[in-house]
Amino acid sequence: MKRVTEKTFSQSFSIVGREFFDAGKVSTEIKTMLKELGVDAGIIRRIAIAMYEAEMNVVMYATEATVTLELSPKAIRIVVDDRGPGIPDVELAMQEGYSTATTEMREMGFGAGMGLPNIKKNADHFRIDSVVGKGTRLEISISMN
Amino acid sequence: MKLKDVVERLHLSVLTGQDRLDQVVTGGYASDLLSDVIANSRPNSVWVTMHIHENIVAVAVLKDLAGIIIVQGRQPAPETLQKAAKEKVVIMVSDLPAFETIGKLSPLFEGGT
Ligand SMILES: Nc1ncnc2c1ncn2[C@@H]1O[C@H](COP(=O)(O)OP(=O)(O)OP(=O)(O)O)[C@@H](O)[C@H]1O
Ligand SMILES: [Mg+2]
Repeated sequence: MKRVTEKTFSQSFSIVGREFFDAGKVSTEIKTMLKELGVDAGIIRRIAIAMYEAEMNVVMYATEATVTLELSPKAIRIVVDDRGPGIPDVELAMQEGYSTATTEMREMGFGAGMGLPNIKKNADHFRIDSVVGKGTRLEISISMN
Repeated sequence: MKLKDVVERLHLSVLTGQDRLDQVVTGGYASDLLSDVIANSRPNSVWVTMHIHENIVAVAVLKDLAGIIIVQGRQPAPETLQKAAKEKVVIMVSDLPAFETIGKLSPLFEGGT
């Protein structure tokens, strides 16, 4: 894999599945961090949307995940690697409106089937790989300009 | 328009973030789908919702919302208030249902969101 050469910053976070009380914590931490680093507000908004949706998917569907944030002068790259059930049909899951959210999740306002499409919409580069019974790996990047 | 003017005009009760009512509000957004709010709400808007659980707080923080207006006099869960106080998110309650709350809110802002 090609790596960003002048990498200036990299940090890992972990998300615990089914932990609704803390849900959104990693996204909020990343947003605060990018703000302190002086990243453009428009880019932070896109990262916040994508990161929140990725984090909520881990909370709703997976067991746990590691998030890696990499910041270079050119781009922000985020990898969310989870251990969980995986996605049997990624193409279907990417369709707006498709959701397997439970009644309980829907009562909390989740399950619009908008998460994955919105992550893609807000990223310059988007890649999702999933293995049923193992987990899902989501990789996005957003260029700085 | 300041948040305190919105509170006054809509007769809202302010449950958290009483010290943040001087901030400027530029519009509103109404939805009970969190993905919709995350994708489409604008910073410095108030969010009108039925939800009372703690996940609404992170949405408000991530989107730099001016505050959350919970409709129909619903009382947020204690965890929601705890979290909102910690994150400095303003939570307000309207005794009216969503339709009437939005009806009073929207003329305060020309051009919607
Ligand atoms: N990390 C994941 N592990 C397993 N399944 C997933 C994961 N992420 C998404 N999915 C599956 O893909 C579907 C679509 O995900 P998407 O985020 O687009 O919508 P949603 O989570 O159902 O609803 P919303 O995000 O609008 O609240 C989910 O319902 C779920 O079945
Ligand atoms: Mg989702």
